[in-house]
Amino acid sequence: MADAAVMPGFPRAAAGAKAAVRARPGIRFDRVTVAYRSTVALADFSLDVEPGEVMALLGPSGSGKTTALRTVAGFVTPTSGRVFLGDTDVTSMPAHQRGIGMVVQQYALFPHMRVEQNVAFGLRAAGASRATIAPRVTECLTMVGMAAYARRYPHELSGGQQQRVAIARALAIRPRVLLLDEPLSALDAQLRSGMLNEIARLHRELPDVTILYVTHDQVEALTLADRIAVMNDSRLVDVGTAQSLYQQPPSDFTATFVGNANLVPVTVEAFDAARQEARVRFAACSVVVRANGGVTPGERRTLCVRPHALALEPPAAGANAIEARVVEVQWRGSAHRLYLEIDGIELRADSKPLREPPHRGERLIVHFAAHDATLLAAAQADRGSADHRG
Amino acid sequence: MLLPSRPSRVAAWVLFFVLFVPVFGLPIVVVGAASVAGQWNDVLPSHLTLRHLHDAFVSNAGIELLTSLATGIIASVVALVIGTWAALAVRALRRRGAKVIGTLFVLPIAVPSVSVGLGLLVAFSRPPFLLNGTSVIVVIAHVVLVTAFAFSSVSAGLARLPAHFEQVAASLGGRPAYVLFRVTLPLLTPSLVAAAGLCFALSMGELGATIMVYPPGWVTLPVGIFALTDRGAVFDGAALTVLLLVLTLVVLVAVSRIRTRASYR
Repeated sequence: MADAAVMPGFPRAAAGAKAAVRARPGIRFDRVTVAYRSTVALADFSLDVEPGEVMALLGPSGSGKTTALRTVAGFVTPTSGRVFLGDTDVTSMPAHQRGIGMVVQQYALFPHMRVEQNVAFGLRAAGASRATIAPRVTECLTMVGMAAYARRYPHELSGGQQQRVAIARALAIRPRVLLLDEPLSALDAQLRSGMLNEIARLHRELPDVTILYVTHDQVEALTLADRIAVMNDSRLVDVGTAQSLYQQPPSDFTATFVGNANLVPVTVEAFDAARQEARVRFAACSVVVRANGGVTPGERRTLCVRPHALALEPPAAGANAIEARVVEVQWRGSAHRLYLEIDGIELRADSKPLREPPHRGERLIVHFAAHDATLLAAAQADRGSADHRG
Repeated sequence: MLLPSRPSRVAAWVLFFVLFVPVFGLPIVVVGAASVAGQWNDVLPSHLTLRHLHDAFVSNAGIELLTSLATGIIASVVALVIGTWAALAVRALRRRGAKVIGTLFVLPIAVPSVSVGLGLLVAFSRPPFLLNGTSVIVVIAHVVLVTAFAFSSVSAGLARLPAHFEQVAASLGGRPAYVLFRVTLPLLTPSLVAAAGLCFALSMGELGATIMVYPPGWVTLPVGIFALTDRGAVFDGAALTVLLLVLTLVVLVAVSRIRTRASYR
């Protein structure tokens, strides 16, 4: 993409452009709290988003993720705490001076303007010359594959097309920070997957743009984000790379919300420091699991194992084998979801499609490798593994 | 469909005519018939004539019609500006004060229009606000009476307008005034058109306040109709009423045709 500096008369960002303080500003939340009378929408939220990074705010409805995004956009003023774009404190800066691109779930294309007028909106607002607006509009529409629809009105486009235009409109002002607020939630599953690839491609093409991506969908977060901030009850629960949160979730909430893990309360029987593995017991089962950092025999912990790690066939020699009763079998096209029960403990297992799926009430053996299971602190074990039946 | 069976639909139509014709249709039909009546001593009028309608065109009615039209248009435009401004301001307040101001704006509807006229007469009869005897006081009376409707209509439109349009516009760098004129008002066009039509129709038919304040040189059509019927020229009054109805209808139809892309959202 051509840099703004090589296009004379072209605004670097929106009007005022006070936010264009650094070439690549990140976002910093410094103990941000947002409260409406007695309701706290965001509590003591601190997070650093590196320049050029894609950070997903992942959490269920009401977890405060959209409120956090809106404090960056300037639509919500924090009750306390500060928000920074780069080194600039933007906590009380009006939204129109921040130079931020924003895409919302409902697209919010201006219905009385043609596609090209929508995309040109930010440039016109900034007072860009006609000569610079037209090529930039074409460039942005081409970037999202919508150049052929420039003369259409939004109501003549499908949902996916509208969202592409909304993204082009946000990118047209060359924002250094792009806020995406559940941008794919209003699309059907097939379109969503296509748009997900599209956004990933756009980020590869625009590596300088810092993206804050709000979603409740773990697949979107895992696919797009460099790091994920998991939120619940208006608070930041965990933050880390997608891989670390998935493979070694720091909390039971993250374990269940990201990847829908099975959580089982266990007691440590033995610890092998050389292999960083522990033998743990739950019900009548004794299994070997990964235990990075060490555990003490007799200690109570929570075993975390993903549904897809539970297999009907042994994944490797020496894998754990446990006997369970089948409670429910669901066919999901590309997989069979088995609901299993071991002495009152419910487990979910995802297997590849089975020619002869087991029947309810049948007893079978499920396996998992030691390195596919991890141990969490025990205090959080109360919330059972059935919390996020997905 | 709410009424799936044929008998129920027929019943609904019958009920509609039984209720609508006497309540809404009959008065208009009677006025229309009276405008062409030579005499009306029986159930139906007799000695039908176009004389009253002809007289309506050649008499002062033409000037009264223009007076009403001018008053209606000016009052509607002013009321629309004030009502829209107030609706936007009340929305921006978002506090308890907003409800109080909203209620104050709607209050003139609850007051008899004659009282509004009387109030204006008292208020504007002494310097420095000496407007008594001018056409301005008639326009002010109409503005006071119809602004409430403009305010209500625009407020309802604003309440339906999703916040994300204006927020996205602001995030794209639109200053508040730019967003107002490029996004908010265009999206409100359906409400503004509805409000304008309503204000104009109300102004065209306004009598109570006008009769208290009108000067001899600014006689609106309803005042003319009232004067005619008051001295017994009922058929001439009916002819003027037909004129008023037709003109109002023409303007309302023209206004309703102002549609924008905003209607498609």
